[in-house]
Amino acid sequence: MDEVLLRSLTPSVLGVLCRRGADFAAAEDAVQDALVEALRVWPADPPRDPKGWLVTVAWRRFLDATRSDAARRRREDRAEEEPAPGPVPAADDTLRLYFLCAHPSLSPSSAVALTLRAVGGLTTRQIARAYLVPEATMAQRISRAKRTVAGVRLDRPGDVATVLRVLYLVFNEGYSGDVDLAAEAVRLTRQLAGAIDHPEVAGLLALMLLHHARRAARTTADGRLVPLAEQDRTRWDTALIAEGIGILQAALARDRLGEFQAQAAIAALNADAPTAEETDWPQIVEWYDELWRLTGSPVVRLNRAVAVGEADGPRAGLAALAELDSALPRYAAVAAYLHERDGALETAARLYAEAAGRASNLAERDHLTRRAARLNARLRR
Amino acid sequence: MAKYLLLKHYRGAPAPVNDVPMDRWSPEEITAHMRYMSDFADRLKETGEFVDAQALAPEGTFVRYDGEGRPPVTDGPFAETKDLIAGWMVIDVDSHERAVELAGELSAAPGAGGRPIHEWLEVRPFLTETPTVTE
Repeated sequence: MDEVLLRSLTPSVLGVLCRRGADFAAAEDAVQDALVEALRVWPADPPRDPKGWLVTVAWRRFLDATRSDAARRRREDRAEEEPAPGPVPAADDTLRLYFLCAHPSLSPSSAVALTLRAVGGLTTRQIARAYLVPEATMAQRISRAKRTVAGVRLDRPGDVATVLRVLYLVFNEGYSGDVDLAAEAVRLTRQLAGAIDHPEVAGLLALMLLHHARRAARTTADGRLVPLAEQDRTRWDTALIAEGIGILQAALARDRLGEFQAQAAIAALNADAPTAEETDWPQIVEWYDELWRLTGSPVVRLNRAVAVGEADGPRAGLAALAELDSALPRYAAVAAYLHERDGALETAARLYAEAAGRASNLAERDHLTRRAARLNARLRR
Repeated sequence: MAKYLLLKHYRGAPAPVNDVPMDRWSPEEITAHMRYMSDFADRLKETGEFVDAQALAPEGTFVRYDGEGRPPVTDGPFAETKDLIAGWMVIDVDSHERAVELAGELSAAPGAGGRPIHEWLEVRPFLTETPTVTE
């Protein structure tokens, strides 16, 4: 029994039912029933067209459910028609599902959960484990999300940018337990890139691949962060890097630049350098300027200050930093780093300790505390 | 079995004996401290006494209901006076004595100079057990 095949077919079957007018929650129930049926029947009697089979069975289940639900109302009697089995076009319907799951009426966390459930085909238990919440809580969150989009008719194309944001959220959630959300996000983005031709989808896919390729080198065995410059570059996945760069170049060639392509370009320049010293920082600064033009985000300017510090020296970096609001997240960490490179160790140590107090996760806090400790130890000698 | 909460404070507990802020330790001392804590948790997982452990950010906000139709009140200029929890570990043990014994062990985590911090930990029982009827 091919569970991977079943999981990859789930979203498009769900998409067909939604397109035929089934309400999302009812369609999902019907597809689950069809999957159970497939697990029972297929081993002995494999279908010629698995997707057509699933669509037929799910649609029949949906009609049955609707009919029994509305048995008291006569007008439902006409709902007799059954679809002819056979090939069903895929891309269009899956895409519809992506748009539905990233609908603006959903909160980001609901959109993420629904996407993992409906497009990714993960079980509620798997999603709950990945987010470290009880299964019942996640089940509630998902059914609330389903109720929210129940009445949504997707007659106009949705916003690709929203879908990309949801997928990037999934990617950045990291992982725990049996589901690797980063890998899952890569899989879904690949699927999306196969369904629509859009330079920003390619840009996001390239960005994910380039980040993902460096993952093994980013932390030590006991969970400590390793900064980019100190990473063991032999542990980077060169095949993924090459793939990411290839996808990015094809996207850039189309001359419709967007923020994901710009971010991927920065990641590519980092990934492409044989050593930290050989990194093309001046070009990275230029990409940060592009990114700033596209997004206007102050966080981009903060990262740009780091790049300026590498390209033109720590003084130039500190000058770039001085123009920014010191209340920005990670401002103290960036200032600490630039002061350290400038030789102002005491200031740097104080700022690292301050940044550690404001860190948003444990690995980052420990990393910054260690940096402060290292400098303080040097100062005592 | 009864559950106990071991609370680690940023502020509010009496000062530890070995009172040196962490950024003044050497990186090796920090590593030793972390290893002690995670080994401790691993050991409790093996004995079946571990339930959960989490760390908290140093900044928190007090919030209070401020009447119908009004936004909740949050604390203002007196944040520095409140007790702040740094993190917790929940254990499930046979007796109060065992909970105290484990808290004592956790408080002996190495700090600056590799000597135990002697940090004060708060031990709080969960109100979960229904009293046993013995007639």
